Amino acid sequence: MNALETVDLEKRFGGIVPTNGVNLQVREGARHALIGPNGAGKTTLINLLTGVLKPSKGTVKLGGSDITNLKPHQRVARGITRTFQINQLFADLSPLESIALVIGEREKRGTHWWSTFGGDETIVREAASLAAQFGLADALNERTSSLPYGKQRQLEIALAIAGKPRVLLLDEPAAGVPEAERHEILETVAALPKDVTVLLIEHDMDIVFGFADRISVLVDGKLLVEGDPKEIQNDPRVRAVYLGEGADD
Amino acid sequence: MSTTDIFRDASAALKKKRAWHWFEYVFWLAVAASVFLFPAQHTLLTQIAIWSLFALSLDLLLGYAGIVSLGHAAYFGFGAYVAALFAINYTGDPLTVLLVAGVAAGLLGLVTSLLVLRGSDLTRLMVTLGIALVMYEIANQMSWLTGGADGLTGMPVNPVFGIFPISFRPTNSYVYVLCVLFVLFFVARRIVHSPFGYSLRAIKGNPLRASSIGISNNLRLIAIYALGAAYAGVAGALLAQTTPVVSLTYIDFQRSADVLLMLIIGGTGYLYGGIIGSALFLIAQKFIGNVTPQYWEFWIGFALVVIALFARDRGVFSIVERIANALRKEKAKS
Repeated sequence: MNALETVDLEKRFGGIVPTNGVNLQVREGARHALIGPNGAGKTTLINLLTGVLKPSKGTVKLGGSDITNLKPHQRVARGITRTFQINQLFADLSPLESIALVIGEREKRGTHWWSTFGGDETIVREAASLAAQFGLADALNERTSSLPYGKQRQLEIALAIAGKPRVLLLDEPAAGVPEAERHEILETVAALPKDVTVLLIEHDMDIVFGFADRISVLVDGKLLVEGDPKEIQNDPRVRAVYLGEGADD
Repeated sequence: MSTTDIFRDASAALKKKRAWHWFEYVFWLAVAASVFLFPAQHTLLTQIAIWSLFALSLDLLLGYAGIVSLGHAAYFGFGAYVAALFAINYTGDPLTVLLVAGVAAGLLGLVTSLLVLRGSDLTRLMVTLGIALVMYEIANQMSWLTGGADGLTGMPVNPVFGIFPISFRPTNSYVYVLCVLFVLFFVARRIVHSPFGYSLRAIKGNPLRASSIGISNNLRLIAIYALGAAYAGVAGALLAQTTPVVSLTYIDFQRSADVLLMLIIGGTGYLYGGIIGSALFLIAQKFIGNVTPQYWEFWIGFALVVIALFARDRGVFSIVERIANALRKEKAKS
């Protein structure tokens, strides 16, 4: 059973085709990585999966049902959430408030205008324990903008997890994290609940090979090859892309 | 720290944020005391209270949802005209009139929100400005209904609940307007501390992330825009009920600009900014304006520059905060 699937997915911007007939299949419960050199079309593909962009052709399926025409927030309700390569947080809210907000939205309380935010004990409890799980216990009530970068990175992932997704898209979770705090992020990623299907978009090969059980390689908007880590590591075409052309940074 | 401790801290922190601060009790007690302390100033105070509600309505949009508007008088004026026409043709019961005016302005807000919510801040400024200009010209052209440049007179205002007369009674008018202001403030305070209110803050803070956690940004913004318009409509109706004539000045650009100024002076995003700002603005206008009218414009301009440069979020409030913090630091040093 595929948790996430694209069929002949295509996106054109004028003459440029950043996504060119992609057939990606992410199995239920997989730890799937999507790699590719700069400009391979990874970001465009994420935007197509999350609904930020509309494809020119093809379909996106989540758990077998077609979500191609759904807006981003509708896809979230169907069970696909994401993190961002560059932090997208609520600077003025605290981590606790941010997480509680996500939980509230997940539970369809977001339109309640007469109840009090934080008045629901089960939501606060879940938010607090999730924050603790992501190493934010001592920063619960700080302003998010005042948190150190590593903590913000943790929160970035916590917000995506708080939505209880079936499929989680992680866009370079360790991007920009200083070496000293890196292991915390990697531990967080490794400790993600097993029932969540994860699609990791990543540049850093150490992270990919430490994490993924399945890898797809995207080059020039097309899937070049897919396989388990060993196959990918030994694939001459992948080696050519990464080593031969030196496209990786 | 155990999980129970974390939960207790978390719960307490959220509770503290939404609890009434002592400053708020003092504030409203002072407002209530103003009825007895300044009996000669009730006309001015009534103006302040009405502008406060108007500025509060703009704060809901700007301070919580990040929607800038240069045409908020469109809803204020529409509410005022609806109030006057409804009172003339149907009933002069003040609360019914307020309700009708609020609903009508809210509906206008609902319809026009579809235009306003497209595009960036600059687009919104232009579109809101445009809507207000269109409304002004409609009111001007339909003089058979609105009285045009002469204005609309003869609006009956019955006693509130049939027992509390407000027509041509400054003190009673002031008490009435204050009560409406307080009730609507209370409702607004509840809303901004609700899950819906927090989702607006999220949209204002980061619309991209907000939609990525499942919020339908547009629907939420439409809802708050309509609510802000309804509040403005009630404010307009209050002014119609407490002044003898509803005229085109209710809906002109000056009014849209003034309310934005008042809100910025008082500060956005904490609900009291509109009240504090309009009080400062109107009191300053009255007293400086009495000495020399040109000077008034000078000082308002000066204040605007200072606040825009140093205190954009909380207006004068953040200046007070800064001074208080500085004093506290001095004290800690000595």
